[in-house]
Amino acid sequence: MKVTIIDYGAGNVFSVKAAFERLGKNAIISADAEEIKSSDLVIFPGVGHAEDAMAQLKKSQIDLLLPNLKQPVLGICLGMQLMCQHTEEGDTEGLGIFEDLKVVKFDPKFKVPHMGWNNLIDTKSILEDVNEDVYFVHSYFAPISKYTIASCQYQEKFSAALQKDNFFACQFHPEKSGEVGSKILTNFLKQI
Amino acid sequence: MLKKRITPCLDIKNGRTVKGINFEGLVDAGDPVELAKIYSQNGADELVFLDITATHEGRKTMLEMVKNVALSINIPFTVGGGISSLEDAALLLKNGADKISVNSSAVKNPNLIKELAQKFGNQCVVIAIDAKLIDNKWKVFLNGGRIETDLELFAWAKEAVNLGAGEILFTSMDHDGTKNGFALEALKKMSEIVNVPIIASGGCGNMQHFKDVFLESKVDAALAASVFHFGEIKIPDLKTYLKTNNIEIR
Repeated sequence: MKVTIIDYGAGNVFSVKAAFERLGKNAIISADAEEIKSSDLVIFPGVGHAEDAMAQLKKSQIDLLLPNLKQPVLGICLGMQLMCQHTEEGDTEGLGIFEDLKVVKFDPKFKVPHMGWNNLIDTKSILEDVNEDVYFVHSYFAPISKYTIASCQYQEKFSAALQKDNFFACQFHPEKSGEVGSKILTNFLKQI
Repeated sequence: MLKKRITPCLDIKNGRTVKGINFEGLVDAGDPVELAKIYSQNGADELVFLDITATHEGRKTMLEMVKNVALSINIPFTVGGGISSLEDAALLLKNGADKISVNSSAVKNPNLIKELAQKFGNQCVVIAIDAKLIDNKWKVFLNGGRIETDLELFAWAKEAVNLGAGEILFTSMDHDGTKNGFALEALKKMSEIVNVPIIASGGCGNMQHFKDVFLESKVDAALAASVFHFGEIKIPDLKTYLKTNNIEIR
């Protein structure tokens, strides 16, 4: 099984790789189109600013490649937000995989970032039965939509995870979510 | 519901965990990677590593330690101490740190906070503040509490948040090492004037102190070192105790 973590200069790729290694799976870190296309599973991580990250994606033309992948893809945190149609962060156009879904900023009346452990609710698909606490750290969120496969409550209910066909995405960090996170990554590995 | 975090802190010198009493008189408390694993398995919600080594060799040892920690645990961790440039921060983040904390360097160059936030996102940037109550005013101290400044705690906290800090780690030097409880009044005030997460630090001696700080202030996390390192408080017991007291805990 070949697992590739997309490296576009905006991710905590090391932690994601380490998480797969703890599950006994070697993951390669690459920005090469052929490597990515020939993978069984693709991880699209992301930490940082949406506008810069999107610019990096365009530079390496991953923005054209990613939406056309047929194998299971997992977007994490900023990766998830960039898979949406648009994000308010830097007024950035996303990849549009989760069509018409617009990422918005938390109301600054609440503590932002939403940082720490919060529990998943209304879970289905690969997150069915996972109602435990997972680790979040983000200032923008995707509202509930037809793609939502898990929600979370902060200032309002928002999408903790999304799915459209072979595209999965989570706002939280499974690689930092303890045993629960490992369980989620194991569920994702079963998608092949 | 967002949970309150229990945050063991490991002071690191030359790759080993140490903890001082009022920042002096260091006592060895073990191997940081092993400690990190134990805390992670026992239910710690995140970890903080503060590098108190000043030498170049020490810094390299720290990077190696950060990498080993990232390989070994699956909870988030923050690294602080001696970070004074974007390059320092980038290296730590690249080696697996989730957040970096800046203290003295941010006071000397507040623009550093802005640069770090722009480059890595404000969720990555923790502003650590050491302060002491002097003549009824909370004064900010630098260099591990050795240098007094004219800065006032709350004004500095506000400014740091405006510059882009995503979290505040406030240590009361008056309480640190005393085991008499957290600086409740100051933490209460702090959590009312800034709207980023706050980590309370300094003074924790027993489980009730955690309960008090979570019930009496709006802080998000409570940090302690020696009570955990020396096994005076076991994290699973602490979490059960806090849950029994209706505090939202993972």
